[in-house]
Amino acid sequence: MAVLTEEQSMLRDSAKSWVQEKSPVTAFRKMRDSGAELGYDVAAWNEMAEMGWAGVIIPEEYGGSNFGYLSLGLVLEELGRTLTASPLIASGLAAASALILGGNDAQKGEWLPKIADGSAVATLAVDEGPHHRPDKVEATVSGGKLTGKKTFVLEGMAANVFVVSAKENGQVELFLVKADDPGVSRQKLSLADSRGAANVEFNGAAAEKLSGGAALLEKVLDRARAGISAEMLGAATQAFETTLDYLKTRVQFGQVIGSFQALQHRAAKMFTELELSRSAVEAALAAIDADSPDVPELASLAKAKMGDTFHLISNEMVQMHGGIGMTDAHDAGFYLKRARAAEAAYGNQAFHRDRYARIQGY
Amino acid sequence: MADFGGGADLDTFRKEVREWVEANFPASLKGKPNPMAGEGRAEKPTADQEAWRKAVGEKGWGTPTWPKAYGGGGLSPAEARVIQGEFARAGAYNPIGGMGVMMFGPTLLEYGTEAQKNEHIPPICRGDLQWCQGFSEPGAGSDLAALSTKAEDKGDYFAITGQKVWTSGAQYADWCFCLVRTDPSKKHEGISFVLIDMHQPGVEVRPIVLINGQAPFCETFFTDARAEKKDLVGPLNGGWTIAKRLLQHERSGISGMGGGMMGPSLSDLAKKYVGVDEEGRIDDQDLRNRIIRNAMETKVFQQTAFRVMAESRGNSGPSAATSIMKNAGTWIAQERHELTLEIMGHQGLGWEGEAFDKSELEIVRAWLYGKAFTIFGGSQEVQSNIVSKRILGLPDLTQAK
Ligand SMILES: Cc1cc2nc3c(=O)[nH]c(=O)nc-3n(C[C@H](O)[C@H](O)[C@H](O)COP(=O)(O)OP(=O)(O)OC[C@H]3O[C@@H](n4cnc5c(N)ncnc54)[C@H](O)[C@@H]3O)c2cc1C
Repeated sequence: MAVLTEEQSMLRDSAKSWVQEKSPVTAFRKMRDSGAELGYDVAAWNEMAEMGWAGVIIPEEYGGSNFGYLSLGLVLEELGRTLTASPLIASGLAAASALILGGNDAQKGEWLPKIADGSAVATLAVDEGPHHRPDKVEATVSGGKLTGKKTFVLEGMAANVFVVSAKENGQVELFLVKADDPGVSRQKLSLADSRGAANVEFNGAAAEKLSGGAALLEKVLDRARAGISAEMLGAATQAFETTLDYLKTRVQFGQVIGSFQALQHRAAKMFTELELSRSAVEAALAAIDADSPDVPELASLAKAKMGDTFHLISNEMVQMHGGIGMTDAHDAGFYLKRARAAEAAYGNQAFHRDRYARIQGY
Repeated sequence: MADFGGGADLDTFRKEVREWVEANFPASLKGKPNPMAGEGRAEKPTADQEAWRKAVGEKGWGTPTWPKAYGGGGLSPAEARVIQGEFARAGAYNPIGGMGVMMFGPTLLEYGTEAQKNEHIPPICRGDLQWCQGFSEPGAGSDLAALSTKAEDKGDYFAITGQKVWTSGAQYADWCFCLVRTDPSKKHEGISFVLIDMHQPGVEVRPIVLINGQAPFCETFFTDARAEKKDLVGPLNGGWTIAKRLLQHERSGISGMGGGMMGPSLSDLAKKYVGVDEEGRIDDQDLRNRIIRNAMETKVFQQTAFRVMAESRGNSGPSAATSIMKNAGTWIAQERHELTLEIMGHQGLGWEGEAFDKSELEIVRAWLYGKAFTIFGGSQEVQSNIVSKRILGLPDLTQAK
């Protein structure tokens, strides 16, 4: 665990206790069963915003606390433990980063305070096909109007504003597009992990440019990647601990199944992978806070490593629970489904291994 | 190269089967899956489906190698493969299936009395009756012999009381082959193998929803349910041997999942969803390598299945080696599911709705269901224990007896 400041410890502790009290996995189950339109519980999101979590990386002058990415990662990790669904990653992390890094004063002034207090949801709209390929951009802007299709936009139904990648004069740029623009239409995606997402079509929607171009897009994506890795770390840790508890309680052949070395060694393996992954995730977040030049490789390292670890643990969780792990009444399936959705978001392991290799010149 | 039989006789037989399929297989069913597989069982079969089942059932070609005397085809394995090939050629499914065919029938043919075989095998061959497997209990999964559902001797019948769990297809089953405790003072030697009519007041089934949203299995409660004495298979307290045999049949059935895949190849799927590079290769080197590995593993698995088949001719059915095949086959199948999901990317994460096509939604559910491959029929860990103890002769230091 990273060495935390006193404020960071307090933030983590308050996140931990809120999550455990107000947002256990049963809350996620309830949200799923209710078929919540947005893919998260709006009341819970409002509480989170009230506690300031949507503004952790946002400068104080725009209503945030300017605590940095490692701090936000602590909150995301706790939320990840119980699979708490919220627009925090899309809005308070990814889109907020785009505005902080690429917005002018007017754009920041218009959106950041609303993102920080949760009254607006913002999100990135980058991918255009079944895979995360941010360099493949077909959407275009001319005369300030954006046209194109974006897929798998996280919290796309809840969003009030989109941060959209599109080409203008052949160059990739990021643009702000309001969701209530008549040129915007969206299709809700009903996903295996029950979280909110949409395919979004832009048909000559009014677009305001952020400054920074393709480099800004990469910077924003790296922040999203590190942040979702923190959420995955929390989810994988909880999936592991739940499984470990089961190994200590389930009896077969007159002994707890955790006494079988075949399972012990795999538990030890999972724990080892978790420890390794934690280092990668914390290093990426800390590098962002330090504005270090190796953010791109560290973000790819974190997302790839964390993806492998969550993949492994989510499979083992089902396997080690046996029949009960296959039932919808058990939580194992939720972690499994969330794992694959999180793995695919902002680039899967293969994408990030390839990107890491390119950065390193392999 | 192994010799799987052939020659002129088979050609004549092939011609006969082809003509028969042409005459009897309803065109409306071409390419359709067996309605008895999966959730379709809840719906009433169509007239064509019924006609096809009856036609194949009468011939005994759904269970081609089973003895003719009990309604089977009485054919050789080579002839059975001809039937399989001709059905596949015509896009026809085998309408005779389920646990009766896969596990219970072969076991009863080996251990049943003449009367039991005469009563229970023909309806399986005709596809008239469906069977379910009442083995697992909440406290007895991997440690199956810890089961506690008890059978009380009531003279001409047993009164069965207890709970079974994860009973696949119990909600559609007419009969259950069931392990019950007839002697509480012993573990393995206190278990008997009985057949229970599911249509009676003492039987209650409650479907359980799986992580893929479907409910193919159930909790099954027996409360003084009746099992006739004539439906005790094998000797009293001699059920464990029969159960082990049945599990070998189950495992060899499950291992088959490694061998092939319905629908397009992973390579074709990847070219569609991921795209190709200038040389026409899958445009993701990392994914491509893993697809190749899975394809090669699949091939090696098929080669092994053929080798086992060739070597075991003359032998009597599956052995402990089925544990190897079950693990190998299910690992390959699960990896294939994972790869399919990864190939489809965001499109492989859909749960429902119009943004996803039918095959995309199916693969997500199949991927989730596939997680059970390494759990049912004895988990991968139990198979590995069997391999290390029974085949490799390694010592057993657990209390597992
Ligand atoms: C979809 C599905 C369908 C099924 N259908 C049927 C059916 O029709 N009829 C029926 O009777 N049963 C059925 N089963 C039950 C299945 O056979 C059991 O789930 C299986 O035997 C495992 O038992 P369990 O669930 O109690 O897990 P447990 O035995 O509790 O196992 C939990 C974990 O511990 C591991 N473990 C246990 N013992 C050891 C050991 N000695 N060494 C190392 N690891 C060990 C297991 O491998 C597993 O990973 C079905 C199960 C599923 C998932």
